[in-house]
Parts: sequence; structure tokens; C-alpha cells
Amino acid sequence: MSEEKQCQCAEIQEEELYPRLEEVINQHRGKGEDLIMVLHKAQNLFGYLPRRAQEMVAEGLNVSLNEVYGVITFYNFFSTVPQGRNSVKICLGTACYVRGSQEVLDKAQKELGIKVGGTTEDRRYSLDVVRCIGACGLAPAMLVNEDVYGRVKSPHLVDILKKYE
Amino acid sequence: MKISLTIDGRPIEVEEGTSILDAAKMANVHIPTLCYLPEVQAIGACRVCLVEVEGNRTLQAACVSPVAKGQVIYTNTDRVRKARRFSVEMLLSNHPFECLSCAKNLHCDLQSLAYELGIRELRFTGDKSGGRIDESSPAIRRDQNKCILCRRCVTVCQEIQSVTALFTQGRGFDTRVEPAFDRDINDVACTACGQCSIVCPVGAITEREYIDEVFAAIYDPTKFVVIQDAPAVRAALGEEFGYPPGTLVTGKMLAAARKLGFDRVFDTNFAADLTILEEGTELLKRVKEGGVLPMITSCSPGWIKFIEHFYPELLDHLSTCKSPHMMLGALAKTYFAKKAGVDPKDIVVVSVMPCTAKKFECNRPEMYDSGYKDVDYVLTTREFAKMIKQAGIDFEGLPDEMYDDPMGEYTGAATIFGATGGVMEAALRTAYEVATGRVLENVEFAAVRGLEGIKEATVPVEGIGDVRVAVSHGLGNARKLLEKIKCGEADYHFIEVMACPGGCVGGGGQPVPVDNEIRTLRAKALYTEDAHLKYRKSHENPSIKKIYEEFLGAPLGEKSHHLLHTHYTPRNKF
Repeated sequence: MSEEKQCQCAEIQEEELYPRLEEVINQHRGKGEDLIMVLHKAQNLFGYLPRRAQEMVAEGLNVSLNEVYGVITFYNFFSTVPQGRNSVKICLGTACYVRGSQEVLDKAQKELGIKVGGTTEDRRYSLDVVRCIGACGLAPAMLVNEDVYGRVKSPHLVDILKKYE
Repeated sequence: MKISLTIDGRPIEVEEGTSILDAAKMANVHIPTLCYLPEVQAIGACRVCLVEVEGNRTLQAACVSPVAKGQVIYTNTDRVRKARRFSVEMLLSNHPFECLSCAKNLHCDLQSLAYELGIRELRFTGDKSGGRIDESSPAIRRDQNKCILCRRCVTVCQEIQSVTALFTQGRGFDTRVEPAFDRDINDVACTACGQCSIVCPVGAITEREYIDEVFAAIYDPTKFVVIQDAPAVRAALGEEFGYPPGTLVTGKMLAAARKLGFDRVFDTNFAADLTILEEGTELLKRVKEGGVLPMITSCSPGWIKFIEHFYPELLDHLSTCKSPHMMLGALAKTYFAKKAGVDPKDIVVVSVMPCTAKKFECNRPEMYDSGYKDVDYVLTTREFAKMIKQAGIDFEGLPDEMYDDPMGEYTGAATIFGATGGVMEAALRTAYEVATGRVLENVEFAAVRGLEGIKEATVPVEGIGDVRVAVSHGLGNARKLLEKIKCGEADYHFIEVMACPGGCVGGGGQPVPVDNEIRTLRAKALYTEDAHLKYRKSHENPSIKKIYEEFLGAPLGEKSHHLLHTHYTPRNKF
């Protein structure tokens, strides 16, 4: 799996990843019961699950595409939209929520022009919500990639986001 | 091994492994269910079949809980009643309440349950998850606002039909039953077999209704409206009027059609006999000339769409014969039009079918061989019953009437088309006599009758040798046969495939409920009719002989080729 993560960093063009997905599928050919495992690997490879990858998995594992999509949309881990270079996560845990993180989230959606789960067109940011990152003392808190920001007020948000290309 | 337990104070002995639900049934105790579907699905999802088991902290879902030795079960305690009612109230809290204008009004399991459980007020209101109405398909209508997520449609589509056109998408409040990417049902690999519409307990999946269009044609004085009905319809229509399953109501059905105002009443059975002549000749030709074998029947449009989507490389195995009602449609606007002196542009052909896929079929671009749309509208058995009721016709009081000439005469071979194995049996009766020139004494082929998923038989035919045949019903079984063909392991000459379990008697357009017992009773009615008919072999039908003399020439002749045969379209499995 670590090997696949490297690929993501190396920004290999998506097209070049399909033969590698084919290799993964080959190890599970016809085994519908391995669906989640294969989707996991595919997502690590692409950073998300493009439709073509879903179709390849469906075909290779002999599972209906409609079922594949059902599994993908059931689990939060799986994403059908490409992830941005920077992952923005706003905490909506209890402590953060009561200290105004909904306002921060609204501002983030407005600034980025995307909804929760979305990615900006230039693929610079993806926006998600999380339920508690263990930084309740700093509420409201947010994460950009690995960096934690505490006591975020919505006016600060733009400055924080600007730091990440 | 039998074990003993107590249900509502009554001691009972049942086989180990029996579910509490089935055990209760044996003890004549009724436990309400909603997501449970006999022979197909028991998942305990709806929490309506809850019962109290002494010693258990929580209530148990009876459909998924096996009985245990010495168990003491209560199905009618205060706690049970409240819990069941609560489950249904929660479902109702997310329901649109369009009951009065719903196609399933008075035929809805949720409605019946709310009544049965005595729900008199709606305690829970709030957001509704909503959903969309999908009218993309000419066969199936989906109203996701009404879906209660019981998953019956998903299970029947996946487990029985091996199609999985629908699946649960998303989670929690956003859960919905949709194809991938929430695409329209007509844009994905759906066979339109309609088994989902049979099992849907509410009005979320129904057939696309064309009742108003048909009434409009009847009331239009410039139109000459012709009706035909498939063999399986007459064995099931009675159920909509309170007759027990397996009652043949042919005569009353025809009288009802005339009362509704149809100008001619023809029989799809006539065209079934014609199919046997065409298909039988095609088979003998393929056997003699080394054509593609095994040849597979093509009367079931759900099956046709299945092979087009999932096995397009095997399309050459299909007989080129149209399904019988499409043949009749093409002949109504050519042969009959000329004979009766009616302009074919004014003729409207209505087919009453046990089938939803035939609604899709009649809209295929290939089905305009008469120069017009060969069949204008397909109604299901259920829709036809609704028409009769709407017209205020007293069905029970109707006299028995007969079909109209020249496309109303039929043989026993045609009538058994409605049951799985029937087409095969009919084909064998004719093929044997045509190939050998000898009379077939025993016309009944027991090996191809019944509800076994895949049936096989070998019939010795002098001059040809052993003819090996197979019969399947339910698309999951068809898939097994196609995989055998792909691997080169299928050394059959001829295969009959029907999309729906039980064949047309269990079709997606038939009255609900349906289970194997009902399928068997409906089939039995058809076999009984066959046994009592004067002619039991398609080639003996005098009207068939006549149409070849007067109009068609010979089977597989030029006219037949043009009007009675078709071609197929490879489709994508996604």
C-alpha cells in the first residue's frame, strides 16, 4: 500500500495508473467478496474512484457496477471526486460546534465555492467535515493536511487557506 | 430433528432450523411482515415481524430468528404491538401519503399494515428523505418518494435475476435504491422484466401504465382497436376478481374485452402456434445445415434484453423469431387489415401481457415491420383488470365468449407457452412430426415441465438422432446456461429461456402476490386446457394452415422473414 501512496505524491497522470489497477484486479479476478479491498487499493492509487476505475473493478470482480457504486457511496472513506492537493477538514464535533465551527464551515464553502465532500476545480482544495480531532481545547478547530488550527474565526480562514498552494 | 416450543401458549413441534415466522404459520398464528419475501428474502430489516421470546432482553425479528428447543414465544403482547406499530409509524413518517392517487392504492402492503396495526394518527413528522420519479423506461415507473428501503427489489434483481440493475446507494437518511451514478433505469442494464414491480410492497416500482391511452383509442371513432392476450393472462386475471389462483377465465376475459369496446379480440395463442412453425423450421434448418447451435428461444423480451446486455457475443444463438404478440401485431396491420378492408393506419393493436418487458419491446425501432408501429400499447394483466373495474363491468356475471377470426384459433401447444417448458414442449411436438413425417403418440413431455431451475431432456428423433434440449426460467438460471455455452460445455440443440421465474405465469405484469405455489397452479390451469383441446400440435391449427396458404407462403419464406422475424442489438452491460 505504501508503494501506491508514493504514486499519488508523484503526480503521475491518471491514464498511466489504469494498467496498475488492472494488476491489482488480476489478483482478485472473479472474487466479488474482495470488492472493498480492491476499492481500497484503487482509491489509494488514484486518490479517488473515477468511473472508469469503478467499471474496471465491476468487470474484473464480476460484480454489478450498480453494486460497486452502492458500496462506494455507503462508506465515507471512498470518494468519487478527485481529491485536491490540500485537504481542508473542519471539525463539527460537539465542542467545536458549540463554539461556532458551523460558521467557519459556511465561510469555507462560500470562499471555495464547493460543498462538503467537494474539490475545487483547480484541485487546490478538498473540503470535508470531521467529528472531533481531539483538539477540543482549541475549539473551533480545523485541519489543513497535517496542520491543526485552533480558535479559528471565519475571518481568519482566508489567510489560513492562502498558505497552501 | 423436531424440536418443541410454545407459541402464544400453544405447544408446537417443528423441524430444527425453522424460523419463528414459519413456525408461527404452522401454529396458525399470523405475524405481520413487510420486507420478508417467501423463497427470496429474509433480512429482518423492517422490524415489523417482531416477537417476544421469553428470556431474551430484546424483541426478535421472526423472519430471521430460528426456533430453539423449549422456547416460549409471544406474538401478541403489549410490548410487541407497540414495537410493531412504532416500526410502521417510523416508515410512515417518511412517506408522501399520495395513497388516493397511487397506482398501488388498496394493493399496498404498507397501507394494509397501517390499517392492521390500527395506526390512527401520525405522531412523527419532519424532513422526508424524498427521491425522484424515474419515467425514463417505457416499461417500469419508479417513484422513489414512496420507497421504504425494504430491498425486496434489489434482492430479486440480484439473487433471482442476476441482473442487479438497482442497488442501495448512499447511507443513513440519504439511502436510496438507484442504479450507479443515480442514472435513469432505462440507461442501465435493466431487462425490464418487472420482477421488481411484483415484489415492491408499495408504489415505488410499478409498470408504466397506458390505460388512459388505450381508453382514448377505444373512444376515438376513427380507430379500429384490436386486442390480443397472452396465454398466461387467462390463468391469472381471475385472481384480480377474487377467483382462486389457477382459474382459467378465458371466456369472461373475452366478453370483458368486447364490453370495453375493442373491435376485434384476437389470441396471442394463434401467434404462438405460428411461432412454433417458424421457430421449429428454423431449428431443423440449423440442425441440417450446420447453423449456430444451441438455438435459443426468443419469445421473452426480458430475456432478449438480458442477452443483449450481458452476452452480446452469443446473440447468434437466438432464434430470429419475434415474440408471438409482435408477430400478431405485424399481421393485424397487414394480413387482417387487408382481409377486413381496414386501413392499417387506423388500426390500434393492444396486447394484454403478463409482462412489463413487452412494453419495452413494442417500442423497439425494429418493431415497425407492418409499416406502422406493430403493437401500439402493451398492458399488463394488472392494468387490464383495472380497466375492467374502471368500466364498471361485473366480471363474474359475464358470459363465456370466443375469440374472433382469423387470428383466434389455437392449439394446446400454444396455450402451454405460458408455463416454463411450454415452448419447448410445443416445439418438440411439431419438430418431431415435421422431421420424421410420423405421428407423435404421446405429446406430453414431462421432463420439461415443473419449477426445476434448469431442466434437461433428450428426445430421440428418427433421421436426426438424439435431440438434446434444456429449459430455464429466471434469468439467474439463464446465465448459468450461457456460461456453459461460453465454455463450450453445452451440447444442446435447443434451449428455452424465460426471464421470469415459472415462465410467463410468474411474469412481471401478473397479479400479486405470487409464489411457487401460485405459479404451479397457474401452470396447471394451462396444462389442463391443453389436455382437453382437440388440436394439441401447432401445425394442426386450421387457421395457421390457412394463413400460410392465403398470405405467408411457407415458414421462413420471404413474407415471414419480413414480418415475423427480427434482429438483435448488442448493448453495454453497464
